[in-house]
Amino acid sequence: MTFDRRSFLKVLSAASGATLAGCGAMSMGGSLAMGKSSGRRVVVVGGGYGGTIAAKYIRMLDPSIEVVLVERNRQFVSCPFSNLYLGGLLPDLSSLTIGYDKLAANHGVKVVHDTVTAIDTAKKTVTGASGTLSYDRLVLSPGVDFRFEEIAGYDPAATPEVMPHSWHAGPQTLLLRRQLEAMRDGGTVVIAVPPMPFRCPPGPYERATMIAMYLKQRKPRSKVIMLDANPDIVSKGGLFRKGWAKHYAGLIDYRGAKRVTAVNARNMTVSVEGLEDVKGDVINVIPPQRAGAVAQVAGVVGPDKRWCPVDARTFESTLAKDVHVIGDASMAGAMPKSGYSANVQAKVCATNVVALMNGRETVDLSGVNVCYSMISPTEAVSVAAVYTIKDGAIASVPNSGGVSPDLSEAEAVYAKSWINNILVEMST
Amino acid sequence: MPHRHAIFALAALACGIASAAPPTPAMLTNSCAGCHGIGGASAGPSMPNLAGHSKQAIVEAMKGFKSGARPSTLMGRLAKGYTDAEFEAMGEYFSSQKLHMPKQSLDPAKVTRGAAIEGTSCAGCHPDSGRRSFGEVPALAGQWLPYLQMQMQMFAAGTRKMPEPMAQQVKALSAADIESLMHFYASVK
Repeated sequence: MTFDRRSFLKVLSAASGATLAGCGAMSMGGSLAMGKSSGRRVVVVGGGYGGTIAAKYIRMLDPSIEVVLVERNRQFVSCPFSNLYLGGLLPDLSSLTIGYDKLAANHGVKVVHDTVTAIDTAKKTVTGASGTLSYDRLVLSPGVDFRFEEIAGYDPAATPEVMPHSWHAGPQTLLLRRQLEAMRDGGTVVIAVPPMPFRCPPGPYERATMIAMYLKQRKPRSKVIMLDANPDIVSKGGLFRKGWAKHYAGLIDYRGAKRVTAVNARNMTVSVEGLEDVKGDVINVIPPQRAGAVAQVAGVVGPDKRWCPVDARTFESTLAKDVHVIGDASMAGAMPKSGYSANVQAKVCATNVVALMNGRETVDLSGVNVCYSMISPTEAVSVAAVYTIKDGAIASVPNSGGVSPDLSEAEAVYAKSWINNILVEMST
Repeated sequence: MPHRHAIFALAALACGIASAAPPTPAMLTNSCAGCHGIGGASAGPSMPNLAGHSKQAIVEAMKGFKSGARPSTLMGRLAKGYTDAEFEAMGEYFSSQKLHMPKQSLDPAKVTRGAAIEGTSCAGCHPDSGRRSFGEVPALAGQWLPYLQMQMQMFAAGTRKMPEPMAQQVKALSAADIESLMHFYASVK
């Protein structure tokens, strides 16, 4: 079928009532007040790149296991490709927005929209506003939250409305785009990059690229200042620099080893370690990150107080039995915090959760990461890697993977197919 | 499946891994689905379908990517992460999947014209309207049009080498013929 997401979504929203009626009231808009399961139940918390796939694959591998997916939002907006909207390569976020209806209709995943407030890993229960649910195994895919407290003057509620992070796609992405549109020609866009590790290592640099593309087309006297907490560009550095020199000369002022430690939303300034202040007309502060709050609730965050240590084969937490953590929140060895990593980890986790629940031997991880970044309307670059288990940890296979040799028009074509395929896999 | 176990034993030896449960074909190919669709049934529009190709066609493609003999954007970088035994396991998996022939937006006039010439020009090696894949011959039926176009561009530019019988046939075809043939194969259900 030719996939037109807009019509697809239209069909979905029109059909959801009818198609789901046969699946029982709990399939959609259900609650956590289901109590004990008569059979075996896996609860998946977080419906993004990891959680949707884990829920779907567990059902595909063993339909006798009940799967409840708990997600606070009705729709998911992809962070990957959201920079293209900022640059004007996408007219809106509709092609990056998916619902959960088909996971329920096609796979019998019971979708509950609720915010998890408590997890008892001893009693094996998950609690939200709608009730408490027991599980046999729990899969957490909570993504990232922010270490706002490391930035002086940052109000977690008010500051993102003035200086959007746009590191959770959706309203924050729309806000940053509106600010860029409203900015005068000759203005300065400041992007503050947090220290590694953070979600999507090439993301900030692709963002600078896409914003520079927009400025070149619409506001050519403007510029981007990148203040990077890391000593240098952390991913695809040579390729980004090549793209900037080719297309955006003079538009991107990159400054490494400049960690933003304070913000002043009233004066529209950010401060680098208290040594210098930088003023911007539009300021995109991407705060330092840690595992999503649900991981804290479950008590599976490691001694670093940021990320979740897991077994490299099953993604089972080393801190709580029968609890698995996948995606950005997990410490997955050499795998980066990317959408593709979460997708692959979800499948590895699902495979081994089903194996464990059926008394079968677990299987070693084989994994891949693929990540495209757009450079111009017609050029992209990628990084790719293959992963395996070495000495009990996830390691990349030697002499494989790496980045594109150059900017590539073919990769721009394939990138669009990548986002389509991975979002279709998550939502059908 | 003793054959499959032999493959794993080989794979384990080649990687130097002493593990009781090395990656299964499903584990290996699950990694492909993010780009190529579940079971190699791509949602398109340019990532090729892998479902329903012969085992050897998959294996040879992966070997070609790995050695660089077949040009690619990132498949070469990924192929370098796998052993020949793992390619075999992937080939076995994708060849056991049903051919995926999605609906595409195509030019009906080109489809008709392509249908008229495929019999004489291509069917010798790509029988049953490109549905059959055997040996190193990939399935063409239902393949995504932009992918077919990108491959033919590489053949034309000489960056990807055509098998000799194909080169002979293509020599006799106009650019419009080739374009029509691609629309035809993309249209096959």
